[in-house]
Amino acid sequence: MSARQLRATASAVDAPPAAAADTGRRAALQAAPPPAAEAGSAPAPLLHVDNVGLEYRTAQSVVRATHKVSFDVLPADRFVLLGPSGCGKSTLLKAVAGFLRPRDGEILLDGQRVRGPGPDRIVVFQEFDQLPPWKTVKQNVMFPLLASRTLGRREAAERALHYLDKVGLAAFAEAYPHTLSGGMKQRVAIARALAMQPKILLMDEPFAALDALTRRKMQEELLALWDDVRFTLLFVTHSIEEAVIVGNRVLLLSPHPGRVRAELDTADFDLAGLGSERFQNTVQRIHHLLFPDAPPPGRADPAQLLSPTDLRFAL
Amino acid sequence: MTTPTTALARRPEYERPLEPLDDLPAEIPLRLHQRLWQQGWLRKALVLAVLALLWEIAARWQNNDLLLPSFLQTAAAFFDGLVSGELFDRAGRSLLVLTKGYLIGIVAAFVLTTLAVSTQLGRDLLSTLTAMFNPLPAIALLPLALLWFGLGEGSLIFVLVHSVLWALAVNTYSGFLGVSETLRMGGRNYGLSGLRYVLQILVPAALPSILAGLRIGWAFAWRTLIAAELVFGASSGQGGLGWYIFQNRNELYTDRVFAGLVAVILIGLIVENLVFNVLERFTVRRWGMQRQA
Repeated sequence: MSARQLRATASAVDAPPAAAADTGRRAALQAAPPPAAEAGSAPAPLLHVDNVGLEYRTAQSVVRATHKVSFDVLPADRFVLLGPSGCGKSTLLKAVAGFLRPRDGEILLDGQRVRGPGPDRIVVFQEFDQLPPWKTVKQNVMFPLLASRTLGRREAAERALHYLDKVGLAAFAEAYPHTLSGGMKQRVAIARALAMQPKILLMDEPFAALDALTRRKMQEELLALWDDVRFTLLFVTHSIEEAVIVGNRVLLLSPHPGRVRAELDTADFDLAGLGSERFQNTVQRIHHLLFPDAPPPGRADPAQLLSPTDLRFAL
Repeated sequence: MTTPTTALARRPEYERPLEPLDDLPAEIPLRLHQRLWQQGWLRKALVLAVLALLWEIAARWQNNDLLLPSFLQTAAAFFDGLVSGELFDRAGRSLLVLTKGYLIGIVAAFVLTTLAVSTQLGRDLLSTLTAMFNPLPAIALLPLALLWFGLGEGSLIFVLVHSVLWALAVNTYSGFLGVSETLRMGGRNYGLSGLRYVLQILVPAALPSILAGLRIGWAFAWRTLIAAELVFGASSGQGGLGWYIFQNRNELYTDRVFAGLVAVILIGLIVENLVFNVLERFTVRRWGMQRQA
């Protein structure tokens, strides 16, 4: 998504989500079974996105961001939304977070319709300025706990230190954000989100602004944290590699407007298998699904230079 | 690729053991004059001293006490004023009125800007009112204020509120508009709304602009107050600093006029350096929202 679109989305976000009307279909879904039940019969989805169409307003027009997107996120999933710019993946995440009301379709979290932003879904943004600069690292992690009145000051401080320790920043508890590096700021944001113990953790390209080496390290740490805490994650990225490494399910979206192209199982891949042939094949497959017209570099097939879709230009 | 012209010349690798740096000090302390020059207050004091010297020379050259008393004469008058307690008394009166007007102005500005960020009508109200009243000199409202509130504190407070309110409201509002989208979404994500959202997200995030507005508001209020006191002076014979200046001019005590002006300037400097600079050091500079000066 381009910077301009992001801003447009952001301005649409300011409008308070009006209360949705329907209360009829409230099939009370069972509480999610423990994450151990990965195989066998599928557990009830934690997040159910049903035929969601999203649009946002720019100064000139109303842009359709997604069209009839449906997917289910199961408890303890690491669910990745992947697609090129303009596929509405960030907009979709904002809708799940409650900043944007779907034009049609609905988003159910634990059987409850999403009506607005709330502390049961904490977002980790890409931008480093998501940490209020007037709060120390510890105060930052405590902030949502206090703001949502989840915990008292003392318990919030304890929990903040616990999760700061998990991301390896306990020594920086009293530092102000402007003294931290980009990677450390993102770690604080992740600790802050985890400390809230949300039903689902929403990450909007959290590592995109980091340098390549730091990004790799953060992916590793995120997977280790998941092994430890087993949170449910909805992760937006535009990097095929990152999607395959971080996710156990990858939803591919096609652009303009965003539509579901495929949903893949990538539970078998992690950073260790990065160079393996299977990994490369999966990356190639995703590449081909996302960009059917463009042959992957180095494998130009003469027969593909003129594809049937090019005919429309001749008509 | 390896044609003779582009062939790489192979060079030997090497490793070096690092020798201890015994004789090289890790840090060299600055010389005394360098350290003194680092002190901002000292540099500013030097500027003031040079200005005072120029003043003294100009006054002696002019040689007319009624028009331009010298620096030393003014200092003596200022000292007399301090010793007799008159200057303290006058300045205290002025500052008391000023504080009242300033605080009311701040509250009013906060209410207006909070309305402006939460409703469209509030936005229109704020932008229309500031466009109308911000260019209007507070002192121009004084005749009207005198008509409404009579000779006394009420009129002064009215013009003071007018001088603080618009400058602060404009700055605060533009500060609110500049708060990053990520911080806003974060705050709403944690369930903040209404006044809690304004107080916990918008106000701290916009603090650099708010502080700038408070500074400007303070300067406007201070000069408005002195000017207003010059115009109608005392309520029941007890004026502030402006009245002190006006009275002494009438009696041709020019050195006391200068002493009064010095008091006005000094109070301005003290508030600027002690109140606002300290406030900034403990907030926006500590948080890295503003560069260290």
